[in-house]
Amino acid sequence: MATRLKEVDAVMVGMGWTGSIMARELTKAGLTVIGLERGPDLTPGEHFALPNIRDELKYTFRKELVQDPALETITFRHHRSEEALPMRRMGSFLPGNSVGGAANHWGGLHWRYLPSDHLCRSHIVERYGAKVIPEDMTIQDWAMSYDELEPYYDKFDRLCGVSGKAGNLRGRKIEGGNIFEGPRQNEYPNPPLKMTESALMFEKAARELGYHPFPQPISNASRAYTNIEGLTLGACQYCGHCDKAGCEANAKAGPQVCLLPLLRAEPRFTLRPRAWVSRLLYDKAARKVSGVVFTDTRTGEEYEQPAGLVVLSAYVFGNISLLFHSGIGEPYDPISGTGVVGRNYCYQLSRMGVTMFFENKEFNPFMGAPGSAMALDDIDGDNFDHSGLGFLGGARFACGHADGRPIGYRPVPPGTPRWGAEWKKATAKWYHHAASIAVSGSNYANRNHYLDLDPTYKDQLGRPLLRLTYNFVENDYKVMEYTVGVAAKIARAMNPTIMGPPRIRRGDYDIVPYQSTHNTGGTVMGTDPKTSVVNRYLQCWNADNLFIMGASTFPQQPAYNPTGPVGALAYWSAEAIVTKYLKSPGPLVHA
Amino acid sequence: MANDHTSEDNNPIARRNFLLGAGTAVAAGLSSPAAAAAQQRGQAQAAPQPANDETFLTLTATEVAFFSAAADTMIPADELSPSGTACGVVTFIDRQLAGAWGTGAKMYRSGPFRKGKPEQGYQLPLTPREFFAAGILATNAWSRQTRGKDFDRLAPQERESALKELEAGKAALGDFNGRQFFAALLQITMEGFFADPIYGGNRNKAAWRMVGYPGLPAVYSNLIEEYRNKRYYAEPQSIADFS
Repeated sequence: MATRLKEVDAVMVGMGWTGSIMARELTKAGLTVIGLERGPDLTPGEHFALPNIRDELKYTFRKELVQDPALETITFRHHRSEEALPMRRMGSFLPGNSVGGAANHWGGLHWRYLPSDHLCRSHIVERYGAKVIPEDMTIQDWAMSYDELEPYYDKFDRLCGVSGKAGNLRGRKIEGGNIFEGPRQNEYPNPPLKMTESALMFEKAARELGYHPFPQPISNASRAYTNIEGLTLGACQYCGHCDKAGCEANAKAGPQVCLLPLLRAEPRFTLRPRAWVSRLLYDKAARKVSGVVFTDTRTGEEYEQPAGLVVLSAYVFGNISLLFHSGIGEPYDPISGTGVVGRNYCYQLSRMGVTMFFENKEFNPFMGAPGSAMALDDIDGDNFDHSGLGFLGGARFACGHADGRPIGYRPVPPGTPRWGAEWKKATAKWYHHAASIAVSGSNYANRNHYLDLDPTYKDQLGRPLLRLTYNFVENDYKVMEYTVGVAAKIARAMNPTIMGPPRIRRGDYDIVPYQSTHNTGGTVMGTDPKTSVVNRYLQCWNADNLFIMGASTFPQQPAYNPTGPVGALAYWSAEAIVTKYLKSPGPLVHA
Repeated sequence: MANDHTSEDNNPIARRNFLLGAGTAVAAGLSSPAAAAAQQRGQAQAAPQPANDETFLTLTATEVAFFSAAADTMIPADELSPSGTACGVVTFIDRQLAGAWGTGAKMYRSGPFRKGKPEQGYQLPLTPREFFAAGILATNAWSRQTRGKDFDRLAPQERESALKELEAGKAALGDFNGRQFFAALLQITMEGFFADPIYGGNRNKAAWRMVGYPGLPAVYSNLIEEYRNKRYYAEPQSIADFS
């Protein structure tokens, strides 16, 4: 029998970016809030400290900050005719495992989605006509425009201290920034990071070819920065460990540095780590949730936490599985195309690009951060004319050095053996002289890609695992072929001594190697409850006091990394709760 | 001398004695003089050698012999670095397999266990410790069948050809996947060579010296512009140097 705890105004399920933002905004509005986090708490001063934070084996290969699949994983298959098998080790994507979530080990790339990404389907229909959209491509518009979300993008930028250069200030295009981005009301809070030699070479070659390179925007402060909460971030040290480890300089934005110091001191807020929420208490007839049930992972004891509001702020998979385990919303059925929970799962096309070897260049590949790179958006989204190309979407490019960690980073020219004397020679010869253009592509929704519950495998609490059915489709292969072709053109213009073969993904999606922690969809937003789980305020259509955060609300995935809009949407939803919902509890949008 | 090829295969003490001198002995006895000389040069410039009485946490003598032979074939001694074993790769592997990772931490280990597509990832019920034990048994059996000896007793060129067959998936290990075993063997060997020396490998930061990786503290905000397109040289430093 679960022990019933004292009711709170709001409960957060997961204490990463969105749980922290929402907890901060709701406590500011006077609510009592409890933040439940399955994993342990961390203290940056102790856990992200020199010298042990510079440990490639521990953080990259033993995945210190990553979710333990023994607790909960997913099963995976390419097609619904196949049997799904469990992902027994984390690989393709790396959700977090502690207070602060995946933001403890994120790389910090901080993007806004294009205005045309917010209107994905209607923009394409208007420009090219509905017939260019394949019959099985289930893309749809976001439930709010870029312009509506801009103030919240801006607020999240200033929480994080993003470093970059605007390319569109209130409609004025600025060379040197990303001229394709939507209008910003403010310049970036911090100037771009210092660029590597490789980034400058890429910039020059790309500009000469007529493209519009710009500094890759990054949530690593390029200088000491005090954020909108009055908390101070340190300056980036270009250590080359960002993307798998915590930041000892407090330069990388995350809840631990940008919000949690205030929440920890807030009397209306309680942080409860090692609290694993197993289901929500749902009254289907009343269309309300009344709290959550969780297990204390130290003791196995079960508790019931009553709450006026429930915020799902776990990783994408956690949000979706909790809806299934609580019986909220109609599960998606790929045969009839009906139902919504688990629908429109998307990912990101990655591990693509081209590696170049320059005999006479010195790159010191260990010096850098993901922001000491130049990016390119000319063939991203709908920034280029797709007429006659036979695909939709695109990719963004980046070139720089951000990780010379040698267990993983050992570039050698094509044809080199993987071990032995020849391998040693080539590794020693080229370690300082290789650079790469990385290409990340969009991934548009398909009616055959979805999540449901697995019939066989269970998690540590005995609940069925989430089952992923996903593969690349024709549109993806065409995006990869076209965009990597452009990357190869720029690479040739950089005039390398040796050019590696363009890395174009062929064959089926492989869940083993790391690709990106940018899974999206499954609880998507929209204007129609038949094709969405949440409305434009991220309020669940099936329970008006349930709000669902994060990238699980994205209807499809552009080429960008999702954290920028994830933070913006949390602020947007929090404001709707405080200014609208609390005054008049009930559905904020009438279906 | 330890070049006693007639010692009992199953005598762990003889096996260990063999192992300790195996590198030079086999090279000198069965390989070209040039290879032997190169190996000796490598050992001469090696970082401190493992003590002759090195005690392993989990590996058996046969397993130590196997991993040593594999490490020295994948990472032969030359002017760039001492051999894999001299760099502590086997010590690293022993500690990894004895610890949490080796015994199955951060793995989903519930059944049923079914053979999947490669894109579905690892599906065996074995922990890494058990997987390597099974892989060594299967590889040695195959080596005896095709070459008459356990893998570690082969001459250097034979070890190389055996590893190439494993790598290419051409080794018939029965129902054990040789290519998958090779990939895991290569990965843990490279981890041992390149990881921070606190884990027992990369002795004297030999692998970091080989590529020119400076290690710690990795605080470059005042250096990144100064060393743009200019080689940055620094004596490598590891976690222990700052502890």
